[in-house]
Amino acid sequence: MNFLIGAFKPACNFSITFSDGKSRKQVPMKKENGQTVMVPLFQSQENIAGKISIEPLQGKKIEHNGVKVELLGQIEMYFDRGNFYDFTSLVRELDVPGDIYERKTYPFEFSTVEMPYETYNGVNVRLRYILKVTVSRNYGGSIVEYQDFVVRNYSPPPSINNSIKMEVGIEDCLHIEFEYNKSKYHLKDVIIGKIYFLLVRIKIKNMDLEIRRRESTGSGANTHVETETLAKFELMDGAPVRGESIPIRLFLSPYELTPTHRNINNKFSVKYYLNLVLVDEEDRRYFKQQEITIYRLQDS
Amino acid sequence: MLNGIDDEEKWLAEGIAGIQHNAFYMHQALDSNNLREALKYSAQMLSELRTSKLSPHKYYELYMRAFDELRKLEMFFKEDSKHGVSVIDLYELVQHAGNILPRLYLLCTVGSVYIKSKEAPAKEVLKDLVEMCRGVQHPIRGLFLRSYLAQISRDKLPDIGSEYEGDADTVMDAVEFVLQNFTEMNKLWVQMQHQGPGRFREKQEKERSELRDLVGKNLHVLSQIEGVDLGIYKETVLTRVLEQVVNCKDDLAQYYLMDCIIQVFPDEYHLQTLETLLGACPQLQPTVDVKTVLSRLMDRLSNYAASSEDVLPEFLQVEAFTKLSNAIGKVIEAQVDMPAVGAITLYVSLLTFTLCVHPDRLDYVDQVLGACVKKLYNIPKLEDSRAMKQVVALLSAPLEKYNDIVTALTLSNYPRVMDHLDNGTNKVMAMVIIQSIMKNNTFISTAHKVEVLFELIKGLIKDKDGADVDELDEEDFKDEQNSVARLIHMLYNDEPEEMLKIICIVRKHTMAGGPKRLPFTVPSLVFSALRLVWRLQGQEGDIVGEEVPATPKKIFQLLTQIIEALSAVPSPELALRLYLQCAEAANGCDLELVAYEFFTQAFVLYEEEIADSKAQVTAIHLIIGTLQRMNVFGVENRDTMTHKTTGYSARLLKKPDQCRAVYACSHLFWVDDQDGIKDGERVLLCLKRALRIANAAQQMANVARGSSGPVILFVEILNKYLYFFEKGNQQITGAAIQDLIELINTEMQSDSATPDTASDAFLASTLRYIQFQKQKGGVMGEKFEAIKF
Repeated sequence: MNFLIGAFKPACNFSITFSDGKSRKQVPMKKENGQTVMVPLFQSQENIAGKISIEPLQGKKIEHNGVKVELLGQIEMYFDRGNFYDFTSLVRELDVPGDIYERKTYPFEFSTVEMPYETYNGVNVRLRYILKVTVSRNYGGSIVEYQDFVVRNYSPPPSINNSIKMEVGIEDCLHIEFEYNKSKYHLKDVIIGKIYFLLVRIKIKNMDLEIRRRESTGSGANTHVETETLAKFELMDGAPVRGESIPIRLFLSPYELTPTHRNINNKFSVKYYLNLVLVDEEDRRYFKQQEITIYRLQDS
Repeated sequence: MLNGIDDEEKWLAEGIAGIQHNAFYMHQALDSNNLREALKYSAQMLSELRTSKLSPHKYYELYMRAFDELRKLEMFFKEDSKHGVSVIDLYELVQHAGNILPRLYLLCTVGSVYIKSKEAPAKEVLKDLVEMCRGVQHPIRGLFLRSYLAQISRDKLPDIGSEYEGDADTVMDAVEFVLQNFTEMNKLWVQMQHQGPGRFREKQEKERSELRDLVGKNLHVLSQIEGVDLGIYKETVLTRVLEQVVNCKDDLAQYYLMDCIIQVFPDEYHLQTLETLLGACPQLQPTVDVKTVLSRLMDRLSNYAASSEDVLPEFLQVEAFTKLSNAIGKVIEAQVDMPAVGAITLYVSLLTFTLCVHPDRLDYVDQVLGACVKKLYNIPKLEDSRAMKQVVALLSAPLEKYNDIVTALTLSNYPRVMDHLDNGTNKVMAMVIIQSIMKNNTFISTAHKVEVLFELIKGLIKDKDGADVDELDEEDFKDEQNSVARLIHMLYNDEPEEMLKIICIVRKHTMAGGPKRLPFTVPSLVFSALRLVWRLQGQEGDIVGEEVPATPKKIFQLLTQIIEALSAVPSPELALRLYLQCAEAANGCDLELVAYEFFTQAFVLYEEEIADSKAQVTAIHLIIGTLQRMNVFGVENRDTMTHKTTGYSARLLKKPDQCRAVYACSHLFWVDDQDGIKDGERVLLCLKRALRIANAAQQMANVARGSSGPVILFVEILNKYLYFFEKGNQQITGAAIQDLIELINTEMQSDSATPDTASDAFLASTLRYIQFQKQKGGVMGEKFEAIKF
């Protein structure tokens, strides 16, 4: 619908400002057209308040059947483009039907908005929050304006955070024991661990630790799974001998990670895995994948 | 293969180009204080070090290039005002690099800055670095990385007195760090041999050798840490290093590292930890050249002992000898395949050590020799010439040290070691022993020692059973036997009894020497015995009595037997001379019968054995000379002797010889002593007879050659006349002399005379002498006046 408006001259100028806009943190957001814009950052249970100004073009008036602002939380599947699923929808009527002759400003407020899901921009799915201002008209179509904002939700450090420890191997060929210090990491965390070689009968060339993101969308027969390798971090160069213990220290901050999302509104989930890969001299790969949970820790 | 080298050059060139390229952008980033770019390009630059294609040698070249660049980067890291990032953050930032090798090089570089900033205890950073480096398990890359770590950390260890020493950082942390780096490097180094295909083993060994100093450097660093005192060295450093050495089970590493330990740490530490150090030796791989390791250790300790007197008590306190000795025993036991030369080399070193440290402990020396004998016992015959050389060294060492063979003679195992030498070497060694005695003028003064000594040099004294005689070099043999002859004179004791015993022993041994040796050894022995006789003569008064064993009589009996052996050789001329010597000695002892017997023997030899006319001439003159000095004979005996002698003289083959012998005989009747025989008549008889023979000689010459021979015989006889004339022989008159001179002149002027300048000169000076005596005046002058010519 937006592009329809774009075809004509817009009938009016919109301006949406947040009441704490100056102090609120702005974060970059990639738009569909590839541009990155800075948008305000919110978290669940916050008040979202501000002002919306509508200014008709010089010498024109806008006849309308009412003005409203909606706060929408939408999930968009890329294979089902254009179909939005709104999991949150709040609306505030701003004006009764009438005419706008000159610039008019409406305050709005959504208080303690429940926004359980974080903004997410994946391979096959997108979760976004928008403010949608609609000026309803009888003819010429309604005038609609969107304002994106980002939601991030913070978690306290988990009360239980066990290490991941496991012995794996191929009989008479390779036995290793690896250990990651936690199973739950925050986004700026460091993975500490070690790999202990119990038996090495193959000529290993190197060993990497990969961070993989598994995004699954849809359900049942329509499930799409997309796996991306976000990090490939070399842990070891050369062939270890039995008894060798190789340290792991992987800083997560350089990578573009998101928290783990489990079953977002039955539409999608995003999971993270640590994949330990050993490559031998004939380029055969031996790997073991372990899920880790990523969460967003409140900046102190 | 050629291709391989070319390829390697190409890869190296590519690597260098890659480093230069990225270094260029890194410099730009550094100049513009752009940390992000600097990190990016430095990581790319370091990625060139990830290559597996280069040999250690070439890799080193590449490494050095990167190393230089990293220095610049480090300078930049240090100036946080330029890049605005705290060193702690920087330490994290560099760890974001995805590839491990660049990551760790950068981490070490920042680590260096981190320690310097003192924002964290040095030990924490060091510990972290050395731990993280485990990620590189590729031997060459790992070794160089850790070598880089060692390099940048060297001046940042929390050593005593270092600025990085603090409450939290102690010297133990420094030690711990270096030890760990060392251990890991050694593991990598050992690992190297399992890399790549086995057929390049030789090349691999070479490549490994090239890298060994990277590993050894750590030990050097350890030795440089001030805070490593004996306690720490003993409890931690040595224990841990040895543990690694033993456990790595790699011969190349074990040999090199043992040597390193010995070379880099101070002597007094070695001394105090001998047991530990030596305890490791038998645990090494059987292929390790332990003997060289131990030899080096002992050499070092020997030098240490030699450096100062003050350290000797230390050696005693730790019982260094016993420990070394035990260790060597164990090593030899453990390394069954060690060749004999190896074992003996070890003993040589131990011996050198003992001689240096415990010169007073002969029992130690003997112990070493004994151990060596035990080892040699299992080897029937030493074939290895190198082993032989070592045995010679082993045996020579005590001689050189003590400068005294007598000391060596007290070593019971010395001859037993010698038994294991082959004939040639045995002789060489015997020569060494003799030369040592000569050089130091050592007298061997007891019969027992002489016995032992002859046991040692028996290779020279007699032929070994089954020895190949043909191989003997005539010249060498002469040298050897001359040496033995000289040696006999060094066997000496002031006590006649002991001396006699010595002589008996020498006789016993030399008599077994066989015909070739006797002519060399017997004269020495005879003179040695005669010397004793002369000495007994000097103290004549004391030695009367039957009980005394060492009487001249006894000795002469012995001598008779000795010389008899010689005549059986046969070597009659020599025997004759010796008989005469003995006769003269017997004369000195007033033993008429003995002297007579000796003369008889001499005559018998003359008659029966000496056939050569030249030899006869010599012999007869000797007999005459000796007999002339004999005063022990009674008239009858003397007559028999002189009669025989003159008889022999007249029967010589050539006339001139006859003539000379006969006129020499004249002296037998005129001894110019106070109570010597003075039988002027017989003197004259002899001279006249000589003249007759001279005449006959002239005539024979005339007949045979048509010219008379030289008149020299007459001149000689003239001189005899003059002699006796001067001595007051009444039978010799001036007139007779005058006649003789005339005769000579006539002969010389005769047509058939052969001109001879020698006899002319002789005559001229004889006449001049007469003239001189005349002019002198006095009694003699008057006497000579009677001669007119």
